[in-house]
Amino acid sequence: MIEEFFFKLAFILYLISTVGFFIYFYSLKPEALKGARLVLLGGFFCHTLNIVLRLKILKAPPVASFHESSSFLAWAVVGVYFFFVYRGPKVYTLGTFLLPLVLLLMIASAISPSEITPLPPVLQSLWLPIHAIISLFSYAFFLTAAVAGFMYLLQERQVKHKHLGGIFRRLPPLESLDRINELSLKYGFPLLTLGIITGALWAEKAWGTYWSWDPKETWSLILWFIYAALLHERLIVGWRGRRAAMMALLGFFVWIISFFVVNLFLPGLHSYGKWS
Amino acid sequence: MENGPKEKILILGLNHRTAPVEVRECFALKNVSEHPLAILKRELPEAEEVLFLSTCNRVEFILVSKTSDQTLKSLKEILVRTTGLEVARFEDHLYFYENRDAVRHLFRVASGLDSLVLGEPQILGQVKEAYREAVEYRTTGPILNRLLHKTFSVAKRVRTETGIGSHAVSVSYAAVELAKKIFGSLKGRTALLVGAGEMAELAAQHLISAGVSRMLVANRTLSRAIELAERFRGKAYGLEELPECLLETDIVITSTGAPGYVITRDMVKPLLRKRRLRPLFFIDIAVPRDVEPAVNELENIYVFDIDDLKQVVEENLGRRKQEALRAEKIVEEEVLKFERWLRELAVYPTIKALREKAEAIRRRELEKTLGRLDLSPEEKEAIETLTESLIQKLLHDPISYLKSGYHREGREAIVTVRRIFNLDQEEPGSSPTFEELSGAEEATEIPKKWH
Repeated sequence: MIEEFFFKLAFILYLISTVGFFIYFYSLKPEALKGARLVLLGGFFCHTLNIVLRLKILKAPPVASFHESSSFLAWAVVGVYFFFVYRGPKVYTLGTFLLPLVLLLMIASAISPSEITPLPPVLQSLWLPIHAIISLFSYAFFLTAAVAGFMYLLQERQVKHKHLGGIFRRLPPLESLDRINELSLKYGFPLLTLGIITGALWAEKAWGTYWSWDPKETWSLILWFIYAALLHERLIVGWRGRRAAMMALLGFFVWIISFFVVNLFLPGLHSYGKWS
Repeated sequence: MENGPKEKILILGLNHRTAPVEVRECFALKNVSEHPLAILKRELPEAEEVLFLSTCNRVEFILVSKTSDQTLKSLKEILVRTTGLEVARFEDHLYFYENRDAVRHLFRVASGLDSLVLGEPQILGQVKEAYREAVEYRTTGPILNRLLHKTFSVAKRVRTETGIGSHAVSVSYAAVELAKKIFGSLKGRTALLVGAGEMAELAAQHLISAGVSRMLVANRTLSRAIELAERFRGKAYGLEELPECLLETDIVITSTGAPGYVITRDMVKPLLRKRRLRPLFFIDIAVPRDVEPAVNELENIYVFDIDDLKQVVEENLGRRKQEALRAEKIVEEEVLKFERWLRELAVYPTIKALREKAEAIRRRELEKTLGRLDLSPEEKEAIETLTESLIQKLLHDPISYLKSGYHREGREAIVTVRRIFNLDQEEPGSSPTFEELSGAEEATEIPKKWH
């Protein structure tokens, strides 16, 4: 099918782009970075086509199955990357750290069943795409925050221990990484909040109850509390740097549970995680 | 055809490695009432072109002359008169380069490869200034004009294609580079100077030029603090006000003569929350140290002492040395190119190149035309003869201009012809323009930019 072809093409282009980002990290040649970004843009374009084509077949945004949502999330992360290239501080090596994550998401999507199955009637609602797309975009920001946090901790280690070698020179100033962390949080948190609210509204429509404590909902709430705490501390106490980076990483691990473990292994209302 | 010996490029000079400062300062010719170039122009007629480069680390006489031995002898005599030193006092400190070695030496000097601090950038500006003066005194000619423009482009190439200038090699500059790695931009940041000292002030100066907008000065004696604060347009404090100062600053440079720690962990720790955990960067260049090492363990606080900074400088010097190897290769490449240009800059190779170019064009066009036409051998023969006599008639005047012009105008004539017919196969813009090459009058265009 043509939409599958574009998925594969996007995957291959992402792979080439990742290699390009690694070459840039090693050589620091601006041409490598430019090339990697260009290929990434090409991959992003193919990926967009894949999503649009799937949308035409489904007559709904493709965010229902695990295959679709992890593919969509990978697409959103690439989108967030370009958003930061355009708007954020200059972090030339961000792609080197972010792209492997995109690849993992693409692999996760590729190995899960991709047939287009009609949705059960209970899920056929406009709320589904709204709830899912908003949530997935918030994840994309949090993943970027976690990657920036990882880079921050790595760079801080170099500074504190006075290891001013290759890694130190390749990573950006601490301030820039902290700024990515902050911006991601500022965009991601409202989206997550909105995602949870729209989810609750939809649940009320579908099942007559706003909240039913299924594992996905519980873990999403934990996730929300982590980022709420981080945002609060950032704004009120002035947390930044090391602690903010560590919180972003903590959020990442909780997210892994909420996205992979809960979806794939725990039974619940969020059936999109089921393999069959 | 070319009678007499060829012009040679000569360099006579001394630098920080070959001569002690007593000799170098005499050679700077600062005490002479006239400009050195004026003296050389008058008293050294053997030299057709002269350039005089003088910095605190080196003095170089760059000459073009047909008689190298005679020129050197006269130059040394002039130097004895102007410096007041005997030949024996300075002779051993001098170095002398000729032609290819001279070109290489000048390229290396301008690229900072021969500098006391490897890769320092000021030297290029000093070479440009020396050239500007020579143009002003009209002591340059076609060879030095070309050589100097080539020198500038080589230096630029070295700077952009190698990292020779990109690693800080002074303690104060290394501190600024580190600060940038923590804060990103230093614009709008505040720095605090604790204690005074030459290196600390230098670092403060670097910070200000990197964008730091506010300077605070804290010192044991308040009067000294006020004096320093005035220089940096900042505020002065006594040492006992340090905690308040630390609340407001991002970067701290300490260099007091105090025997113990001036800034301790216990002093900084309570400030963290009040500072809203903003990063704080201590540059401790005092010995004994002013900042307790344990301060480095606090959150978002970074302490670098003098040894840390020296280590950074050491590593960067190593990197520059690596880059210098690549720079030497570029220089060698460009020396060869320049040598080729110099060799070609004679009457016969020019005539030959001119004829070859015309012949190549004739053949190419002839082939195109003859391929399309169906002609008898006689007709072909006639066209061959026609084209041959065309180019011969056309080239007659440039060639006779070359031959006669060489005696009147010297190499100027050759440069002109080579450029008009583009015999050096250069891309436009890659070399000095005709105006730049054709002498002092027109060359005044360029120096304007340097002011």
